[in-house]
Amino acid sequence: MSLTDSRTLRIVLFEGQGSEPLDPATRFETASALLTEGFSVSRTDAGEAVSPTDRQSLLVLGNFAGGQAPPFPAVDGNVSAEDIDELPIDGILALARSRQESQDAFPHGDWKPWFPVIDYDRCTNCMQCLSFCLFGVYGVDDDNRLEVRNNDSCKTNCPACSRVCPEAAIMFPKYRSGPINGDQVNAADLNREKMKIDISSLLGGDVYQLLRDRSEKAKSRFAKERSPDKALNERKKCLTKLAQTGDIPEEVLMSLPSPEEIQLRAREAAQKADDARNAIANNNGN
Amino acid sequence: MEVNPRLLYCNCTYAKVVPRATAAGVLRKLCDSEASFDAVADLCEMSARNDPMLQEMARGGPIKIAACFPRAVHWLFSAANAPLDRESTEVVNLRSDSVDEAVDKLFRPGLQPNLPLESPPAAAPEKES
Ligand code: SF4
Ligand code: SF4
Repeated sequence: MSLTDSRTLRIVLFEGQGSEPLDPATRFETASALLTEGFSVSRTDAGEAVSPTDRQSLLVLGNFAGGQAPPFPAVDGNVSAEDIDELPIDGILALARSRQESQDAFPHGDWKPWFPVIDYDRCTNCMQCLSFCLFGVYGVDDDNRLEVRNNDSCKTNCPACSRVCPEAAIMFPKYRSGPINGDQVNAADLNREKMKIDISSLLGGDVYQLLRDRSEKAKSRFAKERSPDKALNERKKCLTKLAQTGDIPEEVLMSLPSPEEIQLRAREAAQKADDARNAIANNNGN
Repeated sequence: MEVNPRLLYCNCTYAKVVPRATAAGVLRKLCDSEASFDAVADLCEMSARNDPMLQEMARGGPIKIAACFPRAVHWLFSAANAPLDRESTEVVNLRSDSVDEAVDKLFRPGLQPNLPLESPPAAAPEKES
């Protein structure tokens, strides 16, 4: 099942008619434990209707009168209710997990949600991010507008493409600092052209040229002493330096594909971006 | 009659960029209150999954969202085909507000819309020669 068609389980703490209100401490401990496990939790009394959305099942929990849940209208059989009076937190979590499993719902926590989010008020559709990303995260929609297509192909903790964007339109909400984390964009943020180019060449394949240049220089100095170990150390040193400049996790750099593969992917991405630009130009010309 | 905004709380479970004490403090106050609320583990994860619950929230009338930067929240919803209404959404930033500030904003009557206004990108900076 893909990321975007998975089912989810939502927990409802029901405190309306036919149910005793939870005491605030239990409410907090229950909500907190469920959220930590990745579940959504809605607390409701009789005032609000809560019904499952598409691709969602509800597990309704409450201190029900007589230990018996009132009849909730079942929607496609995906609403169930359990009495939790005197049930410890572990028991509540076990209930939620077992319901999650039986509904084949999304197993939260297997993937850290790290992916680019586009600010379309800023994006000019220049396609630099698409040409730059080697992992197929970006694509274009039917109107040839840039879109984030494969969220889960993004390399965790790597904000490199946001550095390439000339408009600071790419956010990673879980990044530590602004404007990448979604904080306001100021003029200084837009004035990082030089750094952007360095990083662009870094993942665009020129890193190997850089390494070759360095190694050529090293060769002339230590021609007779070259060894595979030395070359490896040199590569590591160079990548570490670049990683620090661009704030790119070292493990991302170290796990880059082969130079040939990089060049192939870079060509494919550039082609995609070109196609989109040409399509837009043709549309504008018509 | 003025409708009370819905309250949505994001726990930022998978990154904890919201200080844990702030997140827990705000959740505790929500639980201490009589208010109904929706709490989600991680809005980022829901956006990546195109979770239909985001559409339900976005269509459900006035809403206050306790999460992180308004610009990030705005585009996370948008990415999940759940555009938030700029006039009836207030985002409370748990990355910058204290528990007291956040709780004040969540429980004060009415709503102060604060999603970023639509604006064209600034002119590209001049390149160094
Ligand atoms: S690099 Fe920035 S402005 Fe250009 S298409 Fe990507 S997000 Fe939009
Ligand atoms: S929306 Fe903000 S607070 Fe919520 S999970 Fe994403 S980064 Fe964390």
